[in-house]
This record gives sequence, structure tokens and C-alpha cells, in this order.
Amino acid sequence: MSSLTAPLTEDVSAEPRALAADAGAAAAYLEAVARHRTLGGEELARALGRVATGVRRDVITTIQGAGLGHVGGDLSVTDILVTAYWHTLTLDPTRPDLPGRDRFVLSKGHCAAALYSTLASAGFFPRAELATFAQPMSPLNGHPNRVKVPGVETNTGPLGHGFPVATGCALGAKLLGEDYRTIVVLGDGEMQEGSNWEAAMTAAHYELHDLTAVVDRNRLQQGARTEDTKTLEPLHDKWTSFGWETRRIDGHDHLALVEAMGPSTTGKPVAIVADTVKGKGVSFMEDRVEWHHKVPTDEQVVAALEELSA
Amino acid sequence: MTVTDTPVQVGSPDPAATFDCRQDFAQELAALAREDDRVVAVCNDSVGSSNLTAFREEFPDRLVNVGIAEQDLVGVGAGLANAGLIPFVCAAAPFLTGRATEQIKADVAYSQRHVVLCGQSPGMAYGELGPTHHSIEDLSWMRAVAGLPVVVPADPQQTRAAVRWAAQLGRGSYLRIPRFKVPVVSQESDVFAPGRAVVVREGHDVTLVAVGSMVSRAVWAADALAADGISARVLNMAFVEPLDRDAVLAAARETAGIVTVEEATVSGGLGAAVASVVAQEHPCPMRILGVENAFAPTGSASFLLDHFGLTTEGVVAAAQDVVGRARS
Ligand SMILES: Cc1ncc(C[n+]2csc(CCOP(=O)(O)OP(=O)(O)O)c2C)c(N)n1
Repeated sequence: MSSLTAPLTEDVSAEPRALAADAGAAAAYLEAVARHRTLGGEELARALGRVATGVRRDVITTIQGAGLGHVGGDLSVTDILVTAYWHTLTLDPTRPDLPGRDRFVLSKGHCAAALYSTLASAGFFPRAELATFAQPMSPLNGHPNRVKVPGVETNTGPLGHGFPVATGCALGAKLLGEDYRTIVVLGDGEMQEGSNWEAAMTAAHYELHDLTAVVDRNRLQQGARTEDTKTLEPLHDKWTSFGWETRRIDGHDHLALVEAMGPSTTGKPVAIVADTVKGKGVSFMEDRVEWHHKVPTDEQVVAALEELSA
Repeated sequence: MTVTDTPVQVGSPDPAATFDCRQDFAQELAALAREDDRVVAVCNDSVGSSNLTAFREEFPDRLVNVGIAEQDLVGVGAGLANAGLIPFVCAAAPFLTGRATEQIKADVAYSQRHVVLCGQSPGMAYGELGPTHHSIEDLSWMRAVAGLPVVVPADPQQTRAAVRWAAQLGRGSYLRIPRFKVPVVSQESDVFAPGRAVVVREGHDVTLVAVGSMVSRAVWAADALAADGISARVLNMAFVEPLDRDAVLAAARETAGIVTVEEATVSGGLGAAVASVVAQEHPCPMRILGVENAFAPTGSASFLLDHFGLTTEGVVAAAQDVVGRARS
């Protein structure tokens, strides 16, 4: 069929099935988030830690099933995702488009497996769908797609896109007088993209205090260490000099994340430089550049799941 | 008429022996660098995906990695050219051509800088990674830039020829380096020059014009059509810009019509270039095969080529349609 005769509604990207919330999982999630907000200290850390372990296990099996994925960055960002979704963000997985919802953007979109596993854990779609990751006609594409996956705010994958979009989300809230929060998670290598620094200036200029940018500072990018590729340090000072309230924390410490993702105290947008370990939780993947995207063998999956059974 | 003096390949490309042209690209670049110390490689955290690890080992000072920063990448390339170097700027095709289109236009083409833009893993090579990582718009985008040759090698031999050709051009060009594994479809005696198509098969009923990963499929389609009594000419149009207008017009005059095949959107690429010549100079039936106004669903590269009908069977059907229309 030529494009002249094709009806406008026909779209070969249309999927045979749409993803919808898993009502049971969503209810449990909402209850847990409410509980987490009453908890503190060790109890909260333990609760978030349990979710994170589950998400990491799902990341491993999802990538094994798909035969592709960015496992290193998935495991480094997991605690950030889990803390955001299971404590900080106010979302309803059964109504992912609710106007006043908080916004979450994964700018380092290659870590879709971690985002999908987190969304599934919260009931945005059935966890069983993770098994279709990257399979023909699956809605779970190799990179997050808002048209196909409930809970994804914007399509990412090319680095340097999510942050400007998140800045727009936060600016929109300000213009409309709404008080929702926007959290965007960036890769440290991704900070080499100029578009991010353009967004950093926009957000500071408009004093978007409801915007939080978290940098997953695992010190590795695709081919090498960030500091051997293109120096990012002093990263904290860069954010500060761009007009942000800046916090530097251990990005695997759930309590530190909870605190750092709290509101701005200065009226400025908040940047969190979260020191993390690429491949976190699986000893043979930790801090190794080759696990940027690599699929574990069957034996490695067994070993990884063993380590992640705590 | 320039096309008939090129040798005509006999035999079919061997589907069992296929190549990832990034290897030949990297080897030829290293060979050039040995001959000419002005040759440098510039990349965006893509040493591995551009196969430049060996290059870096041999020429540690002549590989510049600007990190994940494609606009910077092309601008730095233009500056290196200004300094008298010959930069080969290597990055995944979608990000190189998409992110840095304006740098390519203003800093390379308009400024007449000798920067070789090397788009790696084009088309739907990054199948499952999705439309953000598919480079199907690059042919249209790069064709729209004035004075920028757009070169689509179809196999290892043509990839090496393209590298060598671009290195001595004296101005910028865009090379689309296949990752999707392709069989050999060319021979060393082929002429590799701007505005020159390679006649892969002679034929008089219909003409199949293909580029890159689609050339082998066009030849296999010609085999299938021959069994059906249809003689198909096959042109490998490695230069989408400048196009071999003579070859296109000869096809329009001498055969019933033309089928174009590209692993790209039909909006503005090879098919559009051929159609523009045909429509203005010698109208004939045409079919333009490619991706029509769609973002791909999830799937591997070969799944997606099937999905969009970019198959031997798809080419055969389009050729039969063209022949049928001409006869009716
Ligand atoms: C614009 C763009 N350029 C290049 C790439 C290819 N790429 C995918 S992931 C990656 C490295 C990202 O590093 P980082 O942001 O540090 O992420 P992490 O280490 O946390 O996985 C690169 C270069 C891309 N996706 N987008």
C-alpha cells in the first residue's frame, strides 16, 4: 500500500495488545508506599532493600530472556528507581495519566530493563510481561516508549533528551500552578551531552524547585571510565555553579536517597550526585566496563541470582 | 552513457558468507592512517561499536574521543579539518546525522570542510533497540544538505573503496557503514566514483535499484524473476548523491520500469532521488520500497526487514507489479 492510499489511522507500530495495570499489584504498591512514608531508619531501609533485590533479580532474568540489555547501568540505577517509586513519587499505577501525578523521567533510557522491572513491581503492568522484553511485537522495546508502556512519561534512548523534557514538565507545573514533583535520572556519561547543560540553565533560570535531577554517578560509560573519556569532575561544583542546590550521596543508601529526594530548601532545583557502582549487587559485574551491555550466561545468571537472594 | 562499461557480475551473492562491514571500514582506515599522518578518527564513546580498538592501539594520539556529545563531535571534526587534518568522524548513524544535522550543514558542508562523516550501524541494524536507534531518516536528511555526497557501500569491498575515496575528496561526505551482515555483491574491478552506479546484473524487462543491505536481495530477486521469464537489471546505486542520472534514465528508457529498495524511509531517500529524475525526464512505472511513514515495532533487524517487506519476495512482487503495469 502506498502512503497515498494508506488510511491515516493505520500505523504498523500499533501493537496487537496494550499493557494495562495489574490491579492487585498496584493496590499492594499503594499500600506499601503509604506505609513506607510512616517508616524511618532501619525498617524503611530494609523494606526498600527488599524491593530493590526483587527488581535486580527481574533485571537479570529479563535480560537473560531477551538476550540483550544494559545490565551494568540497570543495576547501578536500581536503588534510585526503587526509592523514587516506592517512597518519594506520588503515582497511581491504575491511572498513569492522572494530571496531577508526579513525573518521573529516565533520561538514561538504555536502562529500560530496570525501569520496566520497577514499573512492573509497582503494578503498572503485569510482571509476567517482562518475559517479552525486546521480543518481536512486544510493547517492551529495548528503550522506554510512552506510547506503549504505562508509566513512561517520554521516550528516551538517545542520551540527552530526558532532562530537557523533564524541565518542561516542571516548568509546566509552575505555569499551571500545580504542585507535582518531577524527578529525572541521568547517566554520568550522559552529562557529556550539551543539551543537559542547556536544561540545567533553563531550570535554574526558572527556579524550578520542584525539579530534582539525579545523576547516577557510576564513573563508567559505554567504552571506558568517564574520567578517562571526558572529565566530569568536579561534578558537584558544576551543578552548583549552574544555580542548583546540590547534594552528593551514596546512591545505594536508600535512606540517603529518601532524604536527598526531599524538597528543595533554597527555592532552587535540586541536583543529586548519587555515587553508585555499575553492576551493583553482582560481584563479577561490579565496576567492570564490559558489563555495560552484555548478557550473562546461564551459569552467570545462577550465580547472580544467588548473590541477589538476600 | 557510462554504466555499460562496468563489468557485470555473474552468479548470486552467497547468503552463507556475510560480513559486518565495520571491520573492513576500520582496517581500511588504519591502512590510510599508516600512509597519511593527517588521518585521524573522532568518536563519541564509540570506540568499540565503531571497531576502532585496534586503531587506538596503533595510533593512540590520533583517536579523539569527545565522549557522548555528537554536536561537539562534528564541530570538533570541522575544527580538526581546519587545522589540516583529515578527520573520520564515527558514531552511530542515527545520532551522528540526527543530533548533529546542523553542524553537518553549517560546519562541514557549507564551510567546505574535509570531514568524513561515518554513520555506523545504519538502517534497522539496532533492531530491538527501537526507532530511536534506527537510522532510516539519514539518507533523506543527508541528501538534503547541499554539496554532501551520500555514499552507501553494499559490502566489504565497497566499504574499503568508500573510505579511500572519501579520504582524498577534499571536502565532506557521508558514508553509511553497514552492520547488518551482508554478502559480497561487488568486485574489485567495479568503478567506484560519484555519479556512477554499478550494474550488478544486466537485464531488459525491469530495473531494480538498490543500496547497502538491499543489493543482495535485489540480486536474489533478479534470480527469482529470471525463473519467471522476467529479465531484471540490477543497479547498485552506492552514490545516492550524486546519483547516476544516466543509469536511471537508461533504465527508464530501456526497461518497463524501476523498483528501488532501501533500508530507509521512503520519504526523501534513494527512491525519491530516482523518482525525481524519472518524473522530470522520462516518466515510467516505479515502485519505491522502504519504510512508509512508520516507526518500527519491536524486533530484530531481520524481523523488521521482513515486517516492512524488504525481502527478496517483496522485491519480486514489486517488479512483477511494475512489469504488469507497463504491459497493461
Ligand atoms: C545520543 C547518544 N549517543 C550515544 C549513545 C550510545 N550509548 C548508549 S549507553 C551509552 C553510555 C552511557 O553512559 P552513562 O550515561 O554513564 O550510563 P550508564 O553508565 O549508567 O549505563 C552510550 C554512549 C546513545 N544512546 N545516545
